[in-house]
Formats: sequence, structure tokens, C-alpha cells
Amino acid sequence: MQAIDLLWLVPALPLAGAAVNGALAYGRAPKAAVTAVALGAPLGSLLVAAACIWQYLASGLYPRAVEHVSYAWTAGTLDGLTINVAFLLDPLAAVMLFIVTFVGFLIHVYSVGYMGHDEGYARYFAYLNLFMAAMLTLVLGNNYLVMFVGWEGVGLCSYLLIGFYYDQEFPPYAGKKAFIVNRIGDFAFLIGMFALVARFGTLDFLPIFHRLAAQPALGTAAYAGGLSFAAFVGLCFFIGAVGKSAQIPLYVWLPDAMAGPTPVSALIHAATMVTAGVYMAVRSNVIYQLTPGVSLLVAVIGTATALLAATIGMAQNDIKKVLAYSTVSQLGYMFMAVGVGAYSAALFHVLTHAFFKALLFLGSGSVIHAMGGEQDMQKMGGLKKRLPVTYRTFLVGSFALAGIPVFAGFFSKDEILAAAAASGMPLHWLFWGVGWITAGLTAFYMFRAVHLTFDGTFRGTHEQEHHLHESPPVMTVPLIVLAVGAVISGWVEIPLLRGGNWFHRFMEPVVATTAAIRDGATGKGEVGTPTEALLIVLSVGIAFAGILFARSIYGGAAGAQRGMAFEERWPTLHRLLANKWYVDELYDAIVVRPLHGLSWVFYRVVDMLVIDGSIRAGAAVTRASGDLGSLTTTGNVRNYALYFFLGVLVLFWWIAR
Amino acid sequence: MSSTIHLVNESLTVPVSWYLLLSVALFAVGTAGALTRRNGISIFLSIEVMLNAANLALVAYSRQLDQRTGQILVFFVLAVAAAEAAVGLALFIAVYRQRRTIDINRINLMRH
Repeated sequence: MQAIDLLWLVPALPLAGAAVNGALAYGRAPKAAVTAVALGAPLGSLLVAAACIWQYLASGLYPRAVEHVSYAWTAGTLDGLTINVAFLLDPLAAVMLFIVTFVGFLIHVYSVGYMGHDEGYARYFAYLNLFMAAMLTLVLGNNYLVMFVGWEGVGLCSYLLIGFYYDQEFPPYAGKKAFIVNRIGDFAFLIGMFALVARFGTLDFLPIFHRLAAQPALGTAAYAGGLSFAAFVGLCFFIGAVGKSAQIPLYVWLPDAMAGPTPVSALIHAATMVTAGVYMAVRSNVIYQLTPGVSLLVAVIGTATALLAATIGMAQNDIKKVLAYSTVSQLGYMFMAVGVGAYSAALFHVLTHAFFKALLFLGSGSVIHAMGGEQDMQKMGGLKKRLPVTYRTFLVGSFALAGIPVFAGFFSKDEILAAAAASGMPLHWLFWGVGWITAGLTAFYMFRAVHLTFDGTFRGTHEQEHHLHESPPVMTVPLIVLAVGAVISGWVEIPLLRGGNWFHRFMEPVVATTAAIRDGATGKGEVGTPTEALLIVLSVGIAFAGILFARSIYGGAAGAQRGMAFEERWPTLHRLLANKWYVDELYDAIVVRPLHGLSWVFYRVVDMLVIDGSIRAGAAVTRASGDLGSLTTTGNVRNYALYFFLGVLVLFWWIAR
Repeated sequence: MSSTIHLVNESLTVPVSWYLLLSVALFAVGTAGALTRRNGISIFLSIEVMLNAANLALVAYSRQLDQRTGQILVFFVLAVAAAEAAVGLALFIAVYRQRRTIDINRINLMRH
């Protein structure tokens, strides 16, 4: 029996773990039992996944893809349409599998410490395991429907976990917001799937991609609304990704999702769920290669999102909000890469980002834990002495995010920017430029956060100062592991060196431009080595500039005051950024209020007035006619005789007619 | 059309239509009485008048059509009228025992 035959265990184990812990959540089970199940399931997944990946690479299965059908779902029930619960293992799936199981397991371990005192300990792990099951289903599925099951499942778990502290007012609202905004994207995703079924009669990846590659005309012939088939499907799927991966205009749920426990923010809203959209786009790269128009849109939205979110992140005081907007921004980079056709670069950034963003979130969780729940950076300061491990790992994550060489983020971000510069797309220099500036902003806001949190003097209360302590090993060890990952995960793709670009070559079976598709605007072109070297210098330069600028304002003992003075120099701009460009207020005005108004109309007018009114009118008519009729029951016999007589007259008339 | 029928022996005959008119008039009188009288017995009287008006019409047609059927039917009607009067008077006696009156305006328990 090969390891690959057990691939189905990877999503099945966390599912079982979720069921067990879900049941245990109702009783008074010992914490050790819950922990054992909660950690055992993802560990099992990790080990099985590792075995499968090892076998895939070592026994020559690579570069082909391996499919394993676990269950014939629609066998014979839908005429013509066969959908199976089947799993696919190829380079793309292998990378995602590694990220989800490895980072997921570390976050589970961390959660044991972070959530240790919480009432809902078992419930938390049930949801978290359920999330792992759904996410693994998403990345391992071999067809769009299984992927969609996972897609919806992670959305559900996101809702459950954001609203975890349901006794407070805001978290359930944030969970609802996340789910509802996501749903908009899901609707478009479904439409895309319907189009694929209508055209190809299947939802399996490999047949669809082969047939698409064999008919490049699908990228040009008009299909619907002036778009070609590939453009239509690509657009529908991209809208789904915009919802799931928090791009403009559907990113608004992610900052509010910070209401959930911090490990949730790390796992779901940084490392895995939000990258599902990127995964989907990379998986569907054949579709996007056929439609330069939609790819351009993807790149535009990705770039704009990267910039917008970075600007907002500069003015946030809640440490988790800074990281949330940073995530939105980095996701924008990934879509920029997808848009210009650099699919492996996008996936590479998913990999590195998973490590350093999870690290940063867990580190912030460590800080919040030490601060007794405080998240406002204005009340922190000088924590580096009291939280040394947290500080150093956080610093590693920050350097990685900023794109400093040696650290992982440098390699992936640089590859994206190089791809943008090399691309044959219109506006590609604009993408590079905006991406470059955003890199500077990224470095700035990240180190602003670092200085405000860890440097200077402590600005909190005395009780908080007493409470400050470094986190226990169950929390710091994952931080250290992630920190190591945040450094070395970039080394799989060292550019310019002769044996480098290993990751890109590894991904080639999945993302290579198929021969039938002309190397058009989305093709990844090449820049010469000197240009690439120049671009590297520029990227690193602006990153350092951002770091030093942040240090000049926020660093040192008087950093916080200097920072506030600096922010007060531009009151309007600062207010705009701190209030997220008032986008939520805008949506409230143009979407939420009108919907409320419409709902009021439907309730008061259509339901209460018209529908209930007509029923009541019917009853009133019946009653009135009854009252009218009862006028004849006078009890007076003579009246009755009169009625007889009138009846006789009617009869006479009738007969004589 | 002439309302007279000339027989062979030329003796004067009452036209059938006159009988019918009388029947109608009697019926109308009877109806008016049945609808307007206060006393229960008077109502019965009026009903008897109506029945006899019908009898008269039957006999008139029997004469005109030269058939005995109408006259036989008169006997049925008479018998029915008698039976009905008996039952009705019995009812009124029962009512009188209860309500001490046969003024139909006062017998109005069925009033809404």
C-alpha cells in the first residue's frame, strides 16, 4: 500500500478530530483529552502529508500529477456529469499541503497555550480542526466542486471562529460581515462553475485544462456579455477570489475579522484561508493565460489593493489591524503576480507570507497575552526587554515582510516585482512602480509597529506592567520554528544564481505556458540580468529607507511622542488613513442603508399592508356579507312569508323566460 | 282574439279567461293577506284563499282542455289544504300555551 493511497486521511483526520472535540465540548472532558485529539489530528495529517509528498518526489511520480478517487459521488445519478470526491497531488497541491499542515500544526500547538484559560477550549479546537479539514479538502480536491466544498467550509469556520467570543457584541457581527461579504464572491464562483459544466460537462481540473489549452479560441470567441468564455469564467472565479482573499472591493471583512482569537487570525486570515483565492487562480492558470483582459484586471486590482491597504496600515494603532491590512496588501501582491502571469511567483509569495505573517500574528498574540488583552500599541512600549523571544522572532518576521535580503520575503516579493517589470502587459511599469512604493510603505508601517510595541518606554498601566511576562514554551517554540521558516523558505528560489530558481522549475508542470497558447501579454518575459540586479537594488533600497524612516520617527525612548507629533502634522490625511478611507461608511451609505430601506418597504408595505391586508380584507368581506345576510333573520314570520312570496315571483319569471 | 266561445246551441257561456282572472285576483288577495295579517288564524284564512284560487284555476283549465285531470287534482289540493290547516292550528295552540299570544309579531324568538 502506497502512502498516496492514504491521501484521503489528510482531510479526514482533522474532520474526525473536530467531531470528537465538538462532542466533548458539551461535557466536562479533561483538558488533556481535548488537547490530545486537537493536536493529534493535525499532526496525523502532517505526517501523512509528509509521507505522501516524500513518495511523490522520491519515487518518480513527479512531474506527473497523481489522482486518487476516494468516493464516486455522482456515479449514475446526474446524467452525464460525473463528480467524484477525489484528490489530486501535484506540485501546486504539494506546496499548499505543506503550508497548511505544517503551519496549521504549529498554530494548533501555540493555541494550546494561548487559549488554555478559555471556557470554550474544546469548541475552539473543534472549529480549528474543522477548518483544517475544509482547507485541506480545498487544496487537495481534483475538481472544482470538491474545491468549492472546502471553499465554503473554510468560510463557515471563519464565521464560527471570528464570532468565537459570542458573548461580546462585536465578534458575531464581524463574523456575519465576513460570511456575507464572502458570499458575494461565492455566488460568482458558482456561476463560473456552471459555465464550465455547460461547456465541458465536467468539473475535473485536468480534463478542463487540457481542453482549454487545445482550444485557444475559447479565449477570443465571444461568449457572454462581450466576454470570451475564458474571460467570463476567469472573471467569475476572480470575483470569488476577491471575496475570499480580501481584495478591492470586498476586503472590508478582514480587518473586522481581527475580533477572533489571535491564532485564528494567524491561521485563517494570514496563512491559509485568504490564500485560497490565490491557490484557485494559480490552479486555473490556463484560464487566465487565455484571457489577457481579465488578467489585466486581476493585476490592476491586486496592485491597487496592495497600495490602499498599505496606506491604511500606516495609521492604525491596534497591532492586529496593522497586520490585517498588511495581509490584504500582501495578497494584493500575489494577485498582481497572477495578473502578469507569474503564477509560481504568486505561489512562492503565499509560501513565504504564510511563514512570516503567521509568525507576526502569533508574535502579536504573545504580546497581547502578556499585556492581558491590550491591543493598542499606544499603550505598549519597551517590551523588548520583558519579551525577548517574542521580540526577536517578531523582528525576524518584520524583516521578512519588509523584504530584506536573506529573509524569505525578499526573494518572493522581488520575484513578483521582477515579473511585473518583465511582463509584456500594458501598464506593467505602473504595477512595478506601485509595488515598489508599497514595499517602502510596508517596511515603514511594520517597523512603526515594531518600535511602538517593543521600543521606548512602557506606556501602559501599572497592573499591565506587573503582568508582563514572556510566553510559555508551548507558544514560543512555534514562534521560533516559524522564524526559521521565515528565513529559509525563501531560499528555494534564489534568483540570478546558476542553480537557482528551484521553486519556479518545480512548479513548471502546473504553470508552464502551454504550447498552443501564444506567449502573449500574460507571458512571463525575461529581463536581462543587469536590469534584474538594478531592480533588486531598488527594492532593497526602498525597504531600508522605510525601516530607517520609521526608526527616525518612532525609534528610541521618545518614539511615541515624536510619532504622535509627526501624525499631527497631517491631520486630514491621518484621519483619512486611520478611518480606512471611510470605505466602510461608504458601503454603509450605498449598500447597507438602501437595503435596509428596501427591507423596510417589503416589511411594512408589501407584507403588512398588501399581503396581510388582502387576507384581512377577504375576512372583512366575508364578515360584512355575513352581517348583511343576518339582517334577514328578523324573527318576524311575516318577513319570512314575504321571502317565500318573492321567491315564487322569481320562479315565475324564470319559468316564463 | 275573442274571449267568448260559441257553443253549438248558442247559449251564453262565461269565457274561461274570466275564471283565470278571478283565480289570479283571489290569489293576490290571499297573498296580500298572508303577508300583512297580524293574527295567525287570519294568515291561515288567507292561505286557504290562495289554495282555493289555485283550485279554481285548475278547474278552469280542466274545462278548457276538456280533461278530467284538473278536477282530480283539485281533490288532492283540498285534502292537502285540510291536513295543513290541521297541523298549523295544532302548532298555534302549542305556541299559545307558551306565549299566551298568536300575534305573529310577538313570536320572534328567531330574531337575530
